[in-house]
Amino acid sequence: MAARDTTPKRSLFWRLGNSRQPFSPNSIAKHSRLRGATAVNGVCPYCAVGCGQQVWIKEGKILDIEGDTRSPISEGHLCPKGANTFQMTINPHRQTGVLYRAPYSDRWESRSLEWATERIAKRVKETRDATFVERDQDDDPVNNTTAIAHLGGATMDNEENYLIKKLFNTLGMVAIENQARI
Amino acid sequence: MPSLSTTYGRGAATNFQEDLQYSDCILIMGSNMAEAHPIGFRFPMKARERGAKLIHVDPHFSRTSACATSYVPIRAGTDIAFLGGIIHQVLEQDRWFKEYVLAYTNATTIIDDRYVDSEDNGGIFSGFDQGEKAYNLGTANWQYAGEEAPPRTNTPPGIKAESWSETLGAVDPHKIRRDPSLQHPNCVLNILRRHFARYTPETAASICGCSEQQLLEVAEEMMANSGRERTASIVYAVGWTQHSTGVQIIRSAAILQLLLGNTGRPGGGIMAMRGHASIQGSTDIPTLYNLLPGYIPQPAKARDHATLGDFLDQERVDHGYWSNLPKFMVSLLKAWFGEAATAENEFGFSWIPKITEDHSQLATFSRMAEGKVKGLFLMGQNPAVGAPNSRLNRSALCRLDWLVVRDLFLIESATFWKDGPDRPDPATVGTEVFFLPCAGGAEKAGSLTNTQRLLQWHEKAVDPPGEARSDLHFVWNLGRRMKDLYAGSAAPRDQGLLSLTWDYGQDGLERLPDGTISRLADEPDAEKVIKEINGYTVADGKPIHGFDVLKDDGSTACGCWIYSGVYPEEGRNRANERYADPKAHVNPEWGWAWPANRRMMYNRASADPEGKPWSERKKYIWWDQEQAKWVGLDVPDFEATKPPGYRPGPDSTGMDSIAGDSPFILKPDGKGWLFAPAGTKDGPLPTHYEPVESPVRNALYPQQANPSVQIEQSALNPIAASGDPEYPIVATNYRLTEHYLSGPMSRFDSWLNELQPAMFVELSPQLAAERGIEHGDWLVVTSARGSIEGRAMVTPRLRPLQIQGQVVHQIGIPIHFGYSGEVTGSSVNELTSTTSDPNVSMHEAKVFTCQVRKGRLSYPSDVPSEPVAPRAQSERMAGTDTAAQPEGRTA
Repeated sequence: MAARDTTPKRSLFWRLGNSRQPFSPNSIAKHSRLRGATAVNGVCPYCAVGCGQQVWIKEGKILDIEGDTRSPISEGHLCPKGANTFQMTINPHRQTGVLYRAPYSDRWESRSLEWATERIAKRVKETRDATFVERDQDDDPVNNTTAIAHLGGATMDNEENYLIKKLFNTLGMVAIENQARI
Repeated sequence: MPSLSTTYGRGAATNFQEDLQYSDCILIMGSNMAEAHPIGFRFPMKARERGAKLIHVDPHFSRTSACATSYVPIRAGTDIAFLGGIIHQVLEQDRWFKEYVLAYTNATTIIDDRYVDSEDNGGIFSGFDQGEKAYNLGTANWQYAGEEAPPRTNTPPGIKAESWSETLGAVDPHKIRRDPSLQHPNCVLNILRRHFARYTPETAASICGCSEQQLLEVAEEMMANSGRERTASIVYAVGWTQHSTGVQIIRSAAILQLLLGNTGRPGGGIMAMRGHASIQGSTDIPTLYNLLPGYIPQPAKARDHATLGDFLDQERVDHGYWSNLPKFMVSLLKAWFGEAATAENEFGFSWIPKITEDHSQLATFSRMAEGKVKGLFLMGQNPAVGAPNSRLNRSALCRLDWLVVRDLFLIESATFWKDGPDRPDPATVGTEVFFLPCAGGAEKAGSLTNTQRLLQWHEKAVDPPGEARSDLHFVWNLGRRMKDLYAGSAAPRDQGLLSLTWDYGQDGLERLPDGTISRLADEPDAEKVIKEINGYTVADGKPIHGFDVLKDDGSTACGCWIYSGVYPEEGRNRANERYADPKAHVNPEWGWAWPANRRMMYNRASADPEGKPWSERKKYIWWDQEQAKWVGLDVPDFEATKPPGYRPGPDSTGMDSIAGDSPFILKPDGKGWLFAPAGTKDGPLPTHYEPVESPVRNALYPQQANPSVQIEQSALNPIAASGDPEYPIVATNYRLTEHYLSGPMSRFDSWLNELQPAMFVELSPQLAAERGIEHGDWLVVTSARGSIEGRAMVTPRLRPLQIQGQVVHQIGIPIHFGYSGEVTGSSVNELTSTTSDPNVSMHEAKVFTCQVRKGRLSYPSDVPSEPVAPRAQSERMAGTDTAAQPEGRTA
């Protein structure tokens, strides 16, 4: 863990350059909000340059997301999108609950994650069982289903792509694709 | 990226971004690096400050052009003609890097005398099957003289050629015939000379719409800045890939960089600037249909892959690094199926499904539109507006039985059943839609592979809100439920799933970096996944230090062999190591790059055939006689102790076939391929074809467009004929700095929307005057597929070009808009077509023809579907003085 503790020593005198400087208690109280915060290693989620980010957190909340000055690629810089990572994360438009739209319905309904995952698993099984091909019309072993597809992955972590490929391939899905082709 | 793998051996950028600052000349083409990759663009700017030339060739004048030492406008889709013009000059003026080319490329290799070049056959190479609209590599005679035809079995058109036996051909280094005197008419360099003989400055300039002088100046800069003392590099992005000839455009650049001796050397190479945070990673560990992790081909019905033995017989090559394929494949199967993978059951090979047709995105959506796909997982992609011919895509989504969308926001692909330009009636759409909120990058741990093959780990900072979860959690959890649902099944088809190693749960409570305990129970541990990806020995579960220890007997497991070494010992995750000296050329301790932490690939070529640096100025890796090994700034991309003078014996196989002066170790002959005897589906050399939609005729050949391009035959995918007077204008499209892709990660964000608030279309003052359009007016752009609207941005950044005596106008369209989010507007993908390049199924989005008029569509495209967000409010931070509360985030 490369977390950094930035809490300075509590003292009425701070070292500035070579000399000790006096501060009023008031000045010291006006400390940076980063005091006591922890910086966590991040990577910009937008393009493939791979700029370093530091995610500053305190008490379970993100204070800000900034450029990582240590990165040899970005040396602390972020472009407008990278600098927006905080707003992308802490954003009132974000959906935080599961939504469900029944066939032919004209509205979303709220459902629990548990309910949705269970139902998705059942639908996968149902479709897989109905469409799985062990041997095709030429009697060649293919063990696949072309009726379930996956799309996406170029903005996701390697570990996530790995599990997607591993699970979905083993279910027999072959149409597993992402933006790398597009 | 078969263009780079066909030429050099691996489909990835050859260098790293920081290295660009050591270049003496940088050609940026097919990329607007300053705006699309602004932070990466620091390095070309540093090079320029050191005196380097910075050249931008692009249809659209942008901030990259403004920062360049020279800018050349060309017509979209004519890049091969332009690069061919430069190659013509290099050969014509005899300015190629002799020692480098003779030693490190296949320039001297003699090609089969039955080979017919496109120059002698109206723009088509030998082996073209008019019925199949594809080359039959078995009869094409592109192979080296005296060798067998490349593929042992030929895959049908449409299925991609990432099979190693196909991409590497049947090259046997012991049979190669070479003519170092370059007298033989069919040696590669002479074929190249004839092939590019007609790419003269006049011809190339008249195709591209630039002046002869401009082309000659670029050629001169590239040539003057190459050689022992100097190096030039090339930067590209999707401005090159999204064409019906994309792979061959990049091949042209790769050929040029071999001829000039710029590959594998500092300040040289080809920098592919990729567009997504881990798009390289999602190819390495592919969520792609035709590959398994580490570029192992996905088993296919069309090839003889019935058993593991057949598969390995088919796919293994005898010479070069891919001779190790059995070790990689068996270790992958062990990683997936654990104890259930035994030699008796072929390590579970039959549980891997076989591809039976083209399962790429475009083909899958075409099948979906016909109702043949029932279920879809959409995880981080937005085809309703973000993929070509989005009307076709939306109609396909309406035919699904069920759809799972995982995203941070309610994107267009989640609301296609009620919103959008087609004004759908929900009562007619039977798709069952699940929207599952996902975690942002700071809310989960994992690694991203950037554009230079660098894995960087991001840590989980906080829990995701509400029921948002990481994709890792979703897939892991789904897998556990699927295993439960199939528990007890004896059906052979279910045994793979039941055997799948799936033990990724967190050990104990998850502690977050600030010391708090995660509120989420039952989460997967991403470090367990990367350990499996790295590989371990089966007996004791200990991580392995690299792919050189992998075995084909089931004693090692490895999820992706090229990533082996990222987690070399228990508890050490090199992707999360961050030590760097910003002044250093190479920073091997910052993250981890595949393969084996090599930052520059093919770096053996930075030394001369004897192993000495080409020059003091361009020193990088060299042979140290005393230590008897390769040393230098980077990890050598070569066997560490193989001396430069090593020559393979007559019966050698595997890596022993690679001579000590052959830097391209994944090629059976160890050479860079100027001429590709196999590996590309549309010709061994790049040829200029007009885009599928073009206002002009091909000036070089009777063959108008790429003969093997695939065009979806659908009423939703009409194509404008070449020269169609209804669509006389060339359209291209691009990114803006302030938005991202089709907008899911930017159009819900007021900070970015304020900077770039509306959809617009750029057009030249001349075209605007012809159409009576003023700056700021609404205008409508129409292609054969549909119409969009936007505000007119009348600007000299686009200019009319003189093409073969006629004036051709070009317009430019930003790609980022759609019907969800705070700012909305027409999506350019209403106009683009479902057209795929024959090598990778890449669509031709970067050029199509259109018409422009003043006015609006009958329904507006810019109605905000979401109110602008109030400033984010967070609770008062305890233990923090008022003055230090987050600015603007407290009431």
